[in-house]
Amino acid sequence: MESRQLIIVGGGPAGLTAGLYASRARLDVLLLESVAVGGQLTRTYRIDNWPGEIEGIGGFDLAERMRLHSRNTGLNIAFATLQAIRMEGKDKILVTDQGEFKALSLIIATGATNALLGVKGEKEYLGRGVSYCATCDAPFYRDMRVAVIGGGETAAEEAIYLTRFAREVKLVHRREQLRASKILQEELDKHKVERILSTVAVEITGQDQVTGLELLDLKTNKQSRLNLDGVFIFVGNIPQTGFAAPGLAKNPDGFIITDQELRTGMAGVFAAGDCRQSPLKQVTTAVGEGALAAFMAQKYLSEVEEK
Amino acid sequence: MAGKAVHISGDNFKTEVLESQTPALVDFWAPWCGPCKSISPVLDELALEYEDRVKLVKVNVDDNPGVAAQYGVRAIPTLIFFKGGQQVDQITGAVSKAALENALQKIL
Repeated sequence: MESRQLIIVGGGPAGLTAGLYASRARLDVLLLESVAVGGQLTRTYRIDNWPGEIEGIGGFDLAERMRLHSRNTGLNIAFATLQAIRMEGKDKILVTDQGEFKALSLIIATGATNALLGVKGEKEYLGRGVSYCATCDAPFYRDMRVAVIGGGETAAEEAIYLTRFAREVKLVHRREQLRASKILQEELDKHKVERILSTVAVEITGQDQVTGLELLDLKTNKQSRLNLDGVFIFVGNIPQTGFAAPGLAKNPDGFIITDQELRTGMAGVFAAGDCRQSPLKQVTTAVGEGALAAFMAQKYLSEVEEK
Repeated sequence: MAGKAVHISGDNFKTEVLESQTPALVDFWAPWCGPCKSISPVLDELALEYEDRVKLVKVNVDDNPGVAAQYGVRAIPTLIFFKGGQQVDQITGAVSKAALENALQKIL
């Protein structure tokens, strides 16, 4: 079984930053990534609040720079999906789809992924009109009609991005007002994105490809239909914390609960980034938490290894 | 696949995929798609591990809109598995290496 001082689970901004700090501290560290290094950042067209990048920076470009930076300091990255963690004395055993790994300390930075809307037609038309990534799929909707579902920052950003390609972009949100920041709401006006508020999608319809969206107006209780070619869904994020880990405290939504110094309920196991319960989930907060988690892991290791 | 992806250009889709002696894993991608680029290390690893048993083929949807449209690709990355000229499986979006291996095992 591969054994390390520290294993970081997840290769998004939090995990890569933890990896950077840990490898600069010359810890014996390995990072396990499930699908794609960079995490949600690779699906983000542009980051406009990364301090110092006045013109903004592409999500994939930033992720790639973080990957190269940590790799150049000596971080090893392997592909494996975490299924369970169990304790054997001070050792943490990670059960993954690529076998077992052992470490004295762990940083869980498994991130979050898009929530599903949960309506009929959503799964059936995935990749045939239903999308969760405008950066990936918007160019397939040139001169077509699309709807974006959601009212937060991501929904607004993706709707604005879609206006570059689609001829008509509508934003459907269940509340009376959007949660997106004022600057984005101004951009939505500028790009003529029509808002359909106090309305929920009840079904995505089509024949082979998506052709329409059934809506329910929550105020009038009336149903209506939108004819369109694509539905982009941005209704929040769910943490990727489905692995079994007795002793890991989670809130009802599945986010890992830590103290201020990122300790979880398991000794020597820390959590950082979007998988953690916190009031703000940004690339900037993820990298800060990654750095702190690496520092705390290092401190923990020096304590247990002394004994 | 000799550990190296075959890039489709123009009209070699038929000879490289449909008439391939070995099953083919076709990766529909584009340079502007972050997840497409970020899953390519996993595909490269699989290409090495399944050398000679599966052919990895990359289709840039910008350069080959016809092939993408023919298979109804409207989201990327999309991975389509071909065996004996027939489409036998499809995965939309980035998935884990184990999920790809499971799909490969089924067609081998």
